[in-house]
Amino acid sequence: MSVQVGERAMPGTEEARTPLVRLRGVKKYFPITRGIIFQRRIGNVHAVDGVDLDIYPGETLGLVGETGCGKSTLARVIMRLYDPTEGTIEFEGRDITRLKGRELRELRRHMQMIFQDPFASLNPRRTVGSIISEPFRLHKTVPRDRIKAEVQQLMELVGLNPEHYNRYPHEFSGGQRQRIGVARALALRPKLIVCDEPVSALDVSIQAQILNLLEDLQEEFNLTYLFIAHDLSVVKHVSDRVAVMYLGKIVEMAPGGTLYRNPKHPYTGALLSAVPIPDPRLAAHKKRIILEGDVPSPIDPPSGCRFHPRCPSAQFPICSEVEPTLEPMRPGQVVACHFPLPDRAVIDEGAEEATPSAGPSAG
Amino acid sequence: MADEGIAGSVAAPGGGDRPSTIVGRSPWQIFWMRFRRDRVALGAGVFLVLLAALAITAPLIARDLVHHDPNALFRDTLNEIGLPKVGPSAEFWFGVDTSGRDVFVRTIYGARTSLLVALLSTGFAVVLGILLGSLAGYLGGWVDTVISRAIDLTLSLPVLLFSIGIAAACSIKAEGCLGGLIQPGISLVTAIIALFTWPYIGRIVRGQVLTIRNKEFIEAARAMGASTGRILLRDVLPNLAAPIIVYGTLIIPSNILFEAALSFLGVGIPPTTPSWGRMISDAARGQLYTVAWWMLFFPGMALVLTTLAFNLVGDGLRDALDPRTQVTG
Ligand SMILES: Nc1ncnc2c1ncn2[C@@H]1O[C@H](COP(=O)(O)OP(=O)(O)O)[C@@H](O)[C@H]1O
Ligand code: SF4
Ligand SMILES: [Mg+2]
Repeated sequence: MSVQVGERAMPGTEEARTPLVRLRGVKKYFPITRGIIFQRRIGNVHAVDGVDLDIYPGETLGLVGETGCGKSTLARVIMRLYDPTEGTIEFEGRDITRLKGRELRELRRHMQMIFQDPFASLNPRRTVGSIISEPFRLHKTVPRDRIKAEVQQLMELVGLNPEHYNRYPHEFSGGQRQRIGVARALALRPKLIVCDEPVSALDVSIQAQILNLLEDLQEEFNLTYLFIAHDLSVVKHVSDRVAVMYLGKIVEMAPGGTLYRNPKHPYTGALLSAVPIPDPRLAAHKKRIILEGDVPSPIDPPSGCRFHPRCPSAQFPICSEVEPTLEPMRPGQVVACHFPLPDRAVIDEGAEEATPSAGPSAG
Repeated sequence: MADEGIAGSVAAPGGGDRPSTIVGRSPWQIFWMRFRRDRVALGAGVFLVLLAALAITAPLIARDLVHHDPNALFRDTLNEIGLPKVGPSAEFWFGVDTSGRDVFVRTIYGARTSLLVALLSTGFAVVLGILLGSLAGYLGGWVDTVISRAIDLTLSLPVLLFSIGIAAACSIKAEGCLGGLIQPGISLVTAIIALFTWPYIGRIVRGQVLTIRNKEFIEAARAMGASTGRILLRDVLPNLAAPIIVYGTLIIPSNILFEAALSFLGVGIPPTTPSWGRMISDAARGQLYTVAWWMLFFPGMALVLTTLAFNLVGDGLRDALDPRTQVTG
């Protein structure tokens, strides 16, 4: 999550490295059916609709977009919890799209997930010890008589009291529960951890603590993160690169700094202008791009550029007829837009250099 | 690492600066804490335990304490036109019936029949309901469609009419039906009652599984590599325990009434087996209860009190197990 890691993942070096995860043309449609005994397919939710994405070892890739744009679905496709409708998923250069049974279970050791809801993601009928030790019992990576010691070590590592081994989830606060989720994800020492809005459900003061924990763990265990959030302010301090998603598609991807300095996609610009700037002096420099209307239905997405009904820069008929593809803008930045924003369209005066203090402080 | 505060009064700070003298309480300990405080449900529970003890020891009581066999006929307790003339007395605590049999002994023997049939049929209904309900809820698709239709269909049938029909069909031959598996008598009545009550459990289980299936902890288990069987057994079923216990308990009294109704109609249980339903129907025949009120009163009270007690216990369980009713301390 540090700047150095960001530079490592910068293009140039990018081509030389094998991505840990490589998505090509990934689609996930959910059928909408009608009928009781004979179900007819009457349409599809285009939750993820053609995503190419590379995640490099050791980096944190941020994924942002409004609620309902398909982030969680994409995360679950990568985790092989959902089967993709189309496209391929590679993990460490190996095609895992159709992996099944034993092989799939074996793969699960190397990728884990932290969920958004710290209440729904822990079984209320199991003790913390039983929850965190489940991966050990499933994969037998630790001998039976060592499990308890191992779990308590993990609990300590994520900032939980190891004496609380026999407690139930309802006895913990939201932040502590999320630590339990982190410990469970970490148990098998995976290479990739998909964090699906891990702090969205927590108080702001606790968010920073969890983010710091994730950052420390990344350094210690050389983890790769796919970090999902619905607003840019969280992703901003955490990610080396950020991908912006809109209605099932990636519309812009760039190294964190570049994205905040020079967002090119009008949707990124809009998300960015919604991020509060604590310093009123700098806030005055910010130009507001207000998004109008709601996210259109993914059942019947708009023609051409999916953003055109809400886009302040749209020009017709091209935007409503021709679908823009991801094109490189500057090193490491790709954008899918016919009329990208000019440089420094949202924040002038080097605002982003002056605001690092908003980042997570030491817990 | 700093702590984020504590949830509720039970959790001690994660930092561990306070010795953890407060032991973590399991959901079941919390349940028992709440249930114990519900005096009404507790009283009803005690009544049921006593009734069960009475039912189990009925043969001993009859032989050694009362010295009356349930089917012994005491002809001298009847008057010249065959009506019972002995009401509740030192010799016959609950009086005698039209055949001169001891109503007390028959009432505690009736408890055996009622409890046995109700508990067995509820047990079968619960097992069937869990099995089919969780398959429907977890697998979805056509499995769900078939099972759900079966539930709807069974619940919409005129129960008594069908029960009489099935009972009659299975009682024609001595070996019963399903190749002798179900024989006329208690096993037939139990099977009929289970057949018509599993859909209540099945429907509840299906609904619960549908909600639990989409919980993130199920996805977490899948992401860790757990198989479907393991997930159903270790993650889904434990979360169903509470509603199953509550509805199971609430179905028992209606199954007691179900058995009584079948016996009242003279279906299923043989006439020599004491049963509350048949005792009530005996008392009602020719309005006998106008001359021998005890024939109706005692089995009737037993039936009312038992069903009431089961309902009270069921309500108490529901309150104590409901996560929505918060209890502190
Ligand atoms: N299991 C599902 N079945 C049908 N539709 C779904 C399912 N999961 C998600 N969707 C739909 O797919 C779209 C994307 O959802 P999701 O991936 O959860 O978005 P996000 O995580 O970005 O909020 C939404 O319109 C949602 O309603
Ligand atoms: S392609 Fe057109 S509608 Fe789409 S984001 Fe660019 S300007 Fe807006
Ligand atoms: Mg989501």
